[in-house]
Amino acid sequence: MIQTLAFYLFAFLVLASGVFTILARNPVHSVLWLILAFFNAAGLMILVGAEFIAALLVIVYVGAVAVLFLFVVMMLDIDFAELRAGFVKNFPLGIAIALVLLAELILGIGAYRAGALELGVPDGSAAPLMDRSNLENLGTVLYGKYLFLFEAAGIILLVAMVGAIALTHRGRPEGARGHQDIGKQVRRRPGEATEMKKPEIGKGVEL
Amino acid sequence: MQLQSSLALIAPEIVLSLAGLALLLIAAWSRNAGRLVTILAAVALGGASVLVAPALCSGAMGPDTLAFEGQFAADAFASFAKILIFVSAIACLMVAPRFFDRDGAIRAEYPVLMLFAALGMAIMVSATDFMTLYIGLELNSLAAYVLASFMRSDDRSAEAGLKYFVLGALASGILLYGISLVYGFTGTTSFEGARAAMSGELSMGMLFGLIFVLAGLAFKIAAVPFHMWTPDVYEGAPTPVTTFFATAPKVAAVALTARVALDAFGMQMDAWRQIVIFAALASIVVGALGAIGQSNLKRLLAYSSINNVGFILIGLAAGTAAGVSAMLVYLAIYVAMSLGSFVAVLMLRNAQGEQVEGLADIAGLSSTRPLLALCLAVMMFSLAGIPPLFGFWGKFVVFWAAVEADLVALAAIGIAASVIGAFYYIKVVKVMYFDEPAGVVTGRSDWAHWLILGVTTAAMSPLGYLLTRVLGDLADRAAEALLFVA
Repeated sequence: MIQTLAFYLFAFLVLASGVFTILARNPVHSVLWLILAFFNAAGLMILVGAEFIAALLVIVYVGAVAVLFLFVVMMLDIDFAELRAGFVKNFPLGIAIALVLLAELILGIGAYRAGALELGVPDGSAAPLMDRSNLENLGTVLYGKYLFLFEAAGIILLVAMVGAIALTHRGRPEGARGHQDIGKQVRRRPGEATEMKKPEIGKGVEL
Repeated sequence: MQLQSSLALIAPEIVLSLAGLALLLIAAWSRNAGRLVTILAAVALGGASVLVAPALCSGAMGPDTLAFEGQFAADAFASFAKILIFVSAIACLMVAPRFFDRDGAIRAEYPVLMLFAALGMAIMVSATDFMTLYIGLELNSLAAYVLASFMRSDDRSAEAGLKYFVLGALASGILLYGISLVYGFTGTTSFEGARAAMSGELSMGMLFGLIFVLAGLAFKIAAVPFHMWTPDVYEGAPTPVTTFFATAPKVAAVALTARVALDAFGMQMDAWRQIVIFAALASIVVGALGAIGQSNLKRLLAYSSINNVGFILIGLAAGTAAGVSAMLVYLAIYVAMSLGSFVAVLMLRNAQGEQVEGLADIAGLSSTRPLLALCLAVMMFSLAGIPPLFGFWGKFVVFWAAVEADLVALAAIGIAASVIGAFYYIKVVKVMYFDEPAGVVTGRSDWAHWLILGVTTAAMSPLGYLLTRVLGDLADRAAEALLFVA
């Protein structure tokens, strides 16, 4: 009972915030609605027992991706009136794409109903029972069987970082604006960087 | 226990990755450490080659060579390819400092990226699982994209990097799509499992997966019809990097293709054989015809490498142990020829010390730099496969394997097309020896360049035939290890 209630609550909120993501006039509001949608999707994931995906949704999508979106939206001066100007012109194309997606959905559901796909049953009763959580299972696979590939993937990320820096970083000569002297930064002590002041009330601080 | 034996098998890869990490730290802490890091990287690659050698000499094969539950194989076949890869990477490190000296000292990222690229290639040739394959391929490609655009101030270099990146990403996508189809229809990512699942009739989905995987790999080895990027990237990338691209990644991608075709898709030889035969013939013909109009030496050599990949694929098309062995012999000879000819191009400098790449600029090279002209002429004749030189041997074994595998028509067309190829190789020799001296190429060359050019020229001269026994033996062992499962 409580699960059904929670499901409908989360599902309704996902749909509603999805709709508002599109309808909101202010792009910042759109991103905020999107974050709400992510949160509720995470709730749905917890309901079906996929707590790892729920955690990923919150950590990765809300914590990183959505915040990145927010920054981009705030930094770029997007004129939404201009973006909407092409709406009528692109309307037939949009409808066509929507129809294709709808047809795919119907085909997928039809195949599922006909028993051609094995996805388990909607109530999750056919899902394999495990004595450990998803997180533990994923961990044993990642750091056990696939340890080698996992570490190699780490090296790929390192190479990507080295490459990005090698291609774009230009060292600034000493004395130039923006020159970074790491040794000087490290040597700096709190005493040199901060000053204690005791301003008298009503007089302000002299810097 | 199992982890320990796995770690022992990947010792060369561990050495390379630790060396890469340590060199990154050295580069971060000391300014202008480029030369030191280059030397240390070459030492690390040499150490890794020494670690790899025993597996090749003993002809290691079978379940003992599998690490990490069959995701990685350190057998004789992988070792053969790894030694070729490491040696060519060392050569590309040796020639680099002098090249970069013109625009300030060599930056330490160059050797570090080379090291990681070599690591990626080592993983590629040892891959016995589609995931290992992809990880190795991406590690290598990512380092290669950066290396291609390493000369930041040069527009052509930036263009080469961008082109390589966009097309490489597309090819990776195609490859991944193929892998996902194979996984979907066989239920496993391991080569062994895919082989077992494909032993019956080939379903439509598997066939699509096989074609997509081969198409993605064909891009990496620059086989026609996925060769379009090669001339532009080879021309634009800094010459030491081009030398690298023409040697090590080619070896890795060809070895990987051979393992995928003969191991994972080994039960469906008829399905991929026609694709490989088409790619081989098309590469030979397009490589030969495309090179004719080129006036830039690096572009010309790029078409030459496309042409050579065609010959290498003939060995694979044979699909027998003899074919694989011939393919490996050809690969070894091709690596030596490519190293020699690109290093010779690297040594062409004008009075201001700038690189010279035009075909017209080397007119009459025989009178200004007779020794260099002689070495380049040996390389060109060898690439053309003219008999007294060693390049002929590679072509001979490949065609012999094809004839033995009843692919007489393929061999005949290949031989006919190699005559077309001979035209432009000999044209280079003609320009050097019989044209009016242009007098552009002067200046002196580094000892490292002379060393590599001397060694490769000696190997390609008739003296090279002394190597046939050793090379043939090692290649036979490697081929046997690859076909062990069959």
